[in-house]
Amino acid sequence: MFIDPHTHMISRTTDDYEAMAKAGIVALIEPSFWIGQPRTFVGTYIDYLSTIVGFERFRAGQFGIRHYCTIGLNSKEANNEELAEEVMEILPRFALKEGVVAIGEIGYDEQTPLEDRYFRQQVELAKELGLPIMIHTPHRDKKRGTQRSMDVLEEHGMPASKVVIDHNNEETVNEVLDRGYWAAFSIYPGTKMGNERMSEIVRQYGAERIIVDSACDWGISEPLAVPKTAELMRQRGHSEEHIRKVTYANALAAYGQSGQMQESDWLEPAAIDQRTLYAGNSILRGGQEPKVETPKRDMSALEIK
Amino acid sequence: MRRNTPVQLLETWLDRQLENDARDWLHAQLPVVAAGDGDRALFMAISFVQRRLGKADLTLDGSDLTAARTARPGWDPSDWSVDQAARILLLLEGGGTGAGFAEKLKKLMATSDVAETITFLRGLPLYPDPPLHLARAREGARSNMRPVFEAVAHKNPYPVEVFDENAWNHMVLKALFVGSTLHPIQGLEARANPELASMLRDYAHERWAAGRPVTPELWRCIGRFADSEALADLDKVLTSGNQLEQQGAALALADCPRPEAKGLLAKAPALAAAIEAGTLTWTTLGQHL
Repeated sequence: MFIDPHTHMISRTTDDYEAMAKAGIVALIEPSFWIGQPRTFVGTYIDYLSTIVGFERFRAGQFGIRHYCTIGLNSKEANNEELAEEVMEILPRFALKEGVVAIGEIGYDEQTPLEDRYFRQQVELAKELGLPIMIHTPHRDKKRGTQRSMDVLEEHGMPASKVVIDHNNEETVNEVLDRGYWAAFSIYPGTKMGNERMSEIVRQYGAERIIVDSACDWGISEPLAVPKTAELMRQRGHSEEHIRKVTYANALAAYGQSGQMQESDWLEPAAIDQRTLYAGNSILRGGQEPKVETPKRDMSALEIK
Repeated sequence: MRRNTPVQLLETWLDRQLENDARDWLHAQLPVVAAGDGDRALFMAISFVQRRLGKADLTLDGSDLTAARTARPGWDPSDWSVDQAARILLLLEGGGTGAGFAEKLKKLMATSDVAETITFLRGLPLYPDPPLHLARAREGARSNMRPVFEAVAHKNPYPVEVFDENAWNHMVLKALFVGSTLHPIQGLEARANPELASMLRDYAHERWAAGRPVTPELWRCIGRFADSEALADLDKVLTSGNQLEQQGAALALADCPRPEAKGLLAKAPALAAAIEAGTLTWTTLGQHL
């Protein structure tokens, strides 16, 4: 049983959902993000946020996967001031939707004054609504960008225990853990983390407050990164307890602070959910592995009916 | 029995079921949204509902459902949840009437999550000025999300009362495309029409050409209007279909006023007898789907 706490399923296919369900992913989190093509109107932003609290939640449910999301203005688009102002106005209307587990992903891209302004406003929004925060750490000038993000969070009095700092690497992890934050790692081929390195980090730092995700999106990425990392860690001799923490339990503890995500959502879903939203199993008792009915299709068959 | 309004019933049912904290929260919101001071209070209260009240099933018994039907003919809240009841109550209390209500509903639905979308569509029969919400209802009936579609189409008197023939026919056809069922649609018999019968027959032929199954419920909208070609289809299903398909064909033949239909039905005496005895109906067939 796995949770992938960072996935952009809006960019992924039903094959991915099918494979993820088969590999044991029971829940995933879809952070609001930059969809590759910059948005030019608040209207397209509204429709995007509506999709991740609406149609995408339904799509995941068809495969027996619980879909959660985070709501935010990403750092890249924070640089379009006209758009950013309008997006900030509509964010509170989405932040309380069902299944919203954090404000995010927010933080810095190029560390501009506009990015800083909207980052701070969103930290305040998270505090006002009592929501955790998911931090996107920058690709460029990463170490300083990560430190600066934590400095700002502390300046605004945001408790570290309610913040997940994402996209860590060997250079950032030590300070992030030291300062009391959850440290997430995106197992993303070519750019962010590899899972062999991930295994070494858990060996060095232990499993407390460490979270593994895929950050799968529109780029060449790996929707099975979490289950694959779990298997690799198993082969490298990590304990089952450590594997469970970094691929399931820690994400649940961190984002569960929103009150919007609990194990019973997939182990004992509410009857109304089963009738309306979620095609997961209906007869589960606590602790039992969910047996999910996914649409059955032989991927290798030549015939398409 | 005293006749209650839907608002009174929703409030009574919620009061009975909610824990003290949740009930207090709801009662604090109702006058605030009713004061109608801008949209914000109403939108915030509706957004908070699921976090404050949870989403348990609304517990209703037979007399509650009778009271619902008495308060508003066709209203069937039998599988509503607490959050759905509370959100609709808040909207009815704070939404006003006329174009103002319609505008609020439109705004709410432009930023609703999937649970809220289902909720607002289930509430359609309770809103003031029904024709003003036609666009919302038709949008829901066009949805590919089956639960959203069913929020309009199933157990809801709105379509039978407000949809024109084209909207109605497409809703029935859409039910088949999203893998839904027909028997929970209110007014199927009343709104049956030759155009729909012809659309459904075309659909059946398309499915057969593709080697895909055809739901036996489809014949329910065809029987009354069956011409000789449709009777040939029914004959084929009656003699070569599986058990449920044969039941559907027999029921459609029993609905058909043409004398040839009686002759065809006689080929299946056991089914004809079951229909005669009332043990085979569209409802009993629906229960197997």
